[in-house]
Amino acid sequence: MNIHEYQAKQLFLHYAIPAPDGKQAKTPEAAEQVAEELGGDGWVVKAQVHAGGRGKVGGVKLAKSLAEVAEFSRDMLGKRLVTQQTGAEGLPINSLLIEKTYPIKRELYLSLLVDRSSERIIFIASAAGGMDIETVAHETPEQIISVPIHPAAGLQGYQCRKVAYALGLKGSQIKALGKIMQGLYDLFLAKDASQIEINPLIETDSGELIALDAKINFDDNAVEAHPDIRAMKDAEQEDEKENKAQQFGLNYITLEGNIGCMVNGAGLAMATMDLVKLKGGLPANFLDVGGGTSVEKVCEAFKLILSDHSVKAVLVNIFGGIVQCDIIAAGILAAVEQVHVTVPVVVRLEGTNAEQGRALLSNTGLNLYAADDLAHAAEQAVALAEAA
Amino acid sequence: MSILIDKDTKVICQGFTGKQGTFHSQQALDYGTRLVGGVTPERGGETHLGLPVFNTVQDAVNDTGATASVIYVPPFYAADAILEAVDAGIQLIVCITEGIPILQMLRVKAAMAGTGALLIGPNCPGIITPGACKIGIMPANIHLPGSIGIVSRSGTLTYESVHQTTAQGLGQSTCVGIGGDPIHGMNFVDVLSRFQADPQTKGIVMVGEIGGGEEEEAAEYIKAHVTKPVVAYIAGQTAPPGKRMGHAGAIVTGGKGTAEGKVAALKAAGIEVVSSPTDIGVAMKGCL
Repeated sequence: MNIHEYQAKQLFLHYAIPAPDGKQAKTPEAAEQVAEELGGDGWVVKAQVHAGGRGKVGGVKLAKSLAEVAEFSRDMLGKRLVTQQTGAEGLPINSLLIEKTYPIKRELYLSLLVDRSSERIIFIASAAGGMDIETVAHETPEQIISVPIHPAAGLQGYQCRKVAYALGLKGSQIKALGKIMQGLYDLFLAKDASQIEINPLIETDSGELIALDAKINFDDNAVEAHPDIRAMKDAEQEDEKENKAQQFGLNYITLEGNIGCMVNGAGLAMATMDLVKLKGGLPANFLDVGGGTSVEKVCEAFKLILSDHSVKAVLVNIFGGIVQCDIIAAGILAAVEQVHVTVPVVVRLEGTNAEQGRALLSNTGLNLYAADDLAHAAEQAVALAEAA
Repeated sequence: MSILIDKDTKVICQGFTGKQGTFHSQQALDYGTRLVGGVTPERGGETHLGLPVFNTVQDAVNDTGATASVIYVPPFYAADAILEAVDAGIQLIVCITEGIPILQMLRVKAAMAGTGALLIGPNCPGIITPGACKIGIMPANIHLPGSIGIVSRSGTLTYESVHQTTAQGLGQSTCVGIGGDPIHGMNFVDVLSRFQADPQTKGIVMVGEIGGGEEEEAAEYIKAHVTKPVVAYIAGQTAPPGKRMGHAGAIVTGGKGTAEGKVAALKAAGIEVVSSPTDIGVAMKGCL
């Protein structure tokens, strides 16, 4: 789960991680008022969307007057921001973060994540902040330092000093960075984060360290245990169909093709998408109906696929293990009764109760094509979508 | 021969009296698995499915001599269940549970280091030696005792591989679903090394997917140590980057863990990689 920058910075405050003075605003008037309260003669207006790359596309602006704060806010609010991370539709700008500006001497990078291969939480730091860290890792890997934390020992002082010296910090900055790292580590563990990124962490002219940006992702498997984090969810930043799917316990991801896919199991769902592409088509979605499925769930899944108007054909691919094929068939029939299905549907059922499932779907007078062979089913779906 | 489990393996079930535990324990018994009891705290002394229920894994081990355990408990209790099994000296722990928080698995793995216990999963279908022992949620009837070892991160793609190798008349020695979570127990290399050493296994099917770097490690291992033919398939070639494809571990981040990268690594190691998931069985037969 993702949260906004302003929410991440509120969490930072609880863990004594220094962030700029600032506040969220939802109207140009409120933005101007926030700036006035902050004082000074320069502010930054930042669009709050769940995506990086905002600065390059006008989602972060420096204002020199209160009038400019209001003007930039008016320009941004209610628009959709398209960055290299959002896709063509972009994300809605429903709120802004207004902050004081600070004189920047250097931009550093600091992040914390779970590293799969070492099975440790690791800190990653670089003196080359403000840039895309993947570019730095690719072009100048020697500028990156990573420090794994043993879960039993926790974060040690020497590890913080190691990072501090690698970043070229001196004197009281060493301790200041240690406090920031400890705060990040505590926050990471307490809230089941999966990644925290500060890019850039700035060193001001007076030598202070401040988290100028903040990005936190949380482990979806753990969010249930953290009502405070769950309350930070902003559904408007996410795909409508993906949100709806979540309510029904379905794994759904919108894609750009025209062949709707309904599959059981994440691996088989990915493989089905791949097969559609291999046969010359493009999948409209990833959809895993899951293990312990019901007629209602299958019905909702099918309706969800059909709600995407680019879908020209549907491919159902079920390998029944725990999932019973007759339940899938009944779910499809229930959906067909509730919504008008105009697109052809190719169904491949294999495994538990496959024959009962196929029997249910035959003689329905619908645009249903039963296929017992997966390769054939995919070919058929692609051909039907092309003919539509 | 087979790997990890055979007809004599004594198995207990943690979460025995729950809905999932009950259903799949009955299926295992019907298959002929030597399920010898189960564990549900506060239900010790009862009988369930004709087998004894124990309060603790230690009680179950002391009484039955079980060496393997299968876990069907909810995600927030699963880390505790795994470590209880480790503590009781269980050698093979199969955790079916999906949705365990990653930080809990990170602690579990650190705590397991040096104990010698083996963990399969979590978020996996389990392990089966056809005709001998079934530990997990896989449909029994598609399997056929035979010569192919199957290892996969995905449950349903394991079934697909089983179905195809059965249709080709090859059958399976043992099938291991290592699970779809980013931090999990046995990995490809752990299973591949056992298939290589197992005389019954004549060929190996390996099914990977996007995310992480275990397929790349497996490619290097196969090149150096595996003489048996290997057919590989990698799922997720059309998956968009940054999106989690159902499995917690199936995500491409920062250009790492892509299907193309994995396919290239496997091909560079001389492994036959099929581009269609429907070609696994035929390709395996062709290699033998």
